[in-house]
Amino acid sequence: MKKTYDIEVDCANCAAKMEEAVKNTPGVANATISFMTLKLKVEFEDGADVDAVMSEALKNCKTVEDDCEIFL
Amino acid sequence: MNKKQKNVLIRIIISLVLLVGIVVVDHSLRLNKWILCILYLIPYLVIGYDILKKAWKGILKKQVFDENFLMAVATVGAFALGEFTEAAAVMLFYQIGELFQSMAVGKSRKNIAALMDIRPDYANVRVDGQIEQVDPDDVEIGTVIVVNPGEKVPIDGVVCVGESTLDTSALTGESVPRNVRVDDEIISGCINMTGQIEIRTTKEFDESTVSKILDLVENSAMKKAKTENFITRFARYYTPVVCYSALALAIVPPVIQLIMGLEATWGTWIIRALTFLVISCPCALVISIPLSFFGGIGCASSNGILVKGSNYLEALADAKYMVFDKTGTLTEGVFEVTGIYPEGDITEERLLELASYAEIGSAHPISISLRNAYMTQAGIESMDETRVSGIEAVAGQGVRASVSGAEVAVGNKLLMESAGIVISSEHLEGTVCYVSENGTYAGCIVISDVIKSEAEKALKQLKANGIKSNIMLTGDSESVARNVASKLGIDEVHFELLPGDKVDAMEKIINHKEPQEKVAFVGDGINDAPVLSRADIGIAMGAMGSDAAIEAADIVLMDDNPAKISLAMKISRKTLKIVKENIVFAIGVKLVCLLLAALGLANMWLAIFADVGVMILAVINATRALKIRL
Repeated sequence: MKKTYDIEVDCANCAAKMEEAVKNTPGVANATISFMTLKLKVEFEDGADVDAVMSEALKNCKTVEDDCEIFL
Repeated sequence: MNKKQKNVLIRIIISLVLLVGIVVVDHSLRLNKWILCILYLIPYLVIGYDILKKAWKGILKKQVFDENFLMAVATVGAFALGEFTEAAAVMLFYQIGELFQSMAVGKSRKNIAALMDIRPDYANVRVDGQIEQVDPDDVEIGTVIVVNPGEKVPIDGVVCVGESTLDTSALTGESVPRNVRVDDEIISGCINMTGQIEIRTTKEFDESTVSKILDLVENSAMKKAKTENFITRFARYYTPVVCYSALALAIVPPVIQLIMGLEATWGTWIIRALTFLVISCPCALVISIPLSFFGGIGCASSNGILVKGSNYLEALADAKYMVFDKTGTLTEGVFEVTGIYPEGDITEERLLELASYAEIGSAHPISISLRNAYMTQAGIESMDETRVSGIEAVAGQGVRASVSGAEVAVGNKLLMESAGIVISSEHLEGTVCYVSENGTYAGCIVISDVIKSEAEKALKQLKANGIKSNIMLTGDSESVARNVASKLGIDEVHFELLPGDKVDAMEKIINHKEPQEKVAFVGDGINDAPVLSRADIGIAMGAMGSDAAIEAADIVLMDDNPAKISLAMKISRKTLKIVKENIVFAIGVKLVCLLLAALGLANMWLAIFADVGVMILAVINATRALKIRL
């Protein structure tokens, strides 16, 4: 399953780090961030609990880049 | 400017004023070093407190190699070494650069949004005789909606009342307006210019052209180009390498000095290391590349070319083989009379008249094209049906009828042979209709699919743009295929292909080429979808093409004009050129400045230029991609 989220982040390098953080969250099969459109597209693994995975992903993002937001 | 940006701007102004004031006071009064340090700390903290906070949080979370950390270490280090002015100024200029970057990115976001400003906000629906504005999402298929002059067509549909002129430029880049009347299909996103029309919707809003296009462009930035991924990976290694180099620069030379029995100049080397750190920030690279690609994609959309991802825009620049489907791509996909060959003493006009009257009752595309040709030639709006009697259709052969007393037969060879009529002329191109009058051969009329007027020029432009070979695949017969190919100057033709054969032909072309060369396929029909996805770059004709083809394609041409392909290639090349310029420029300036810093030839001011200046120049260069013209 795929879902798209709006995000808030200030710099392109930070966006790249966020992308990596979301990708490494368990339950996420793949993730891409477009810094230009401020959108995050997440592909979940089968049977993943989307809400739980995304709140974990947001936590991971906050670790690598404090000043960011995913609008869940 | 948003709230965050305004906030930063105010802080920049305050600290700039304070900084200038302190410098002036310092010059005239020669203050004590400690007092100065405290004075400079005020503007420094005003402008840099958030950077310090982020850097500290980063350290706590073991995320040390980000730009906040670099700035914090560099400026705190400068303070420690007594370089107060530089420390505060570096932080100030860093923030100015960040503000500029965020404004530039915001502006190009807005520019692109404006290019794609085709989202309709409402649809006018008649409820109990009153017109009401409703959300286009709530309009069901088959509803009649009213579109007033000046409004956007919100949903795809068919005109049921009224006549008007539509501006399609936002969708197709085509500036000539299109006239529509009852029974014409219209696509959403066009602007109604002259008259009020009523449309019966044929799709839901989500499935309508305008929603699909918006969706496609918004998602395009998700498919990243190789260059983009390369830079992201590069930045991941670059930052730690630079940090360790800076550390080495601060420690190793003084230690060597000590070992050699000299006096260790710690201060000098630490300042050099800090300068080194300021220069190193990778943001110029990381921001300017997606920005250039996004600009290129935006520029293409405003020309009626939808690109589904940066990776496709990048690949298009390396296209060397352009493979075309014939019908609907190089030709109009509409049959027209292209040749009238009378035999004996009959005139062309008479031959066409006989044939079109005999075919008066048929709805076959060929019959329609015969009648259209006759009506255009005779300058009449309708045909007199009473002149025809005794129409007899012969399945798979043609038709026999009596036209104003003459016994006429129109059809293929079989029809003529069965009536014992000898055909005395031979034509190879297109579909041939043989005509006999009162049992004698009267001549033939050739009907063929008309080649698009832009096709020949489009193929020439492609060759000029570095395409090695233009190839055509078609299900049509050899004679028709060769005829079209010779008229257009196609290099290679594959004909009489079944849908599956087209994929095989594509496989062969792909296996035959060099690995770095890319193959693009241009098509429009349903049976093209597998070939579109097999090609490195699939290009679909959007206005006439099927949904399946558009779905499978990587690039969609909204106005079906093959000449847009070379424009797309041009945009692609220009965008890549800008991307390369930015990479070379940013890395080059940084490396030179890093070297100068290591040798002690660069001061903090040069370092600020290398960081903020390079980023600003790279962003300005990237926004050029928005304005590429043919």
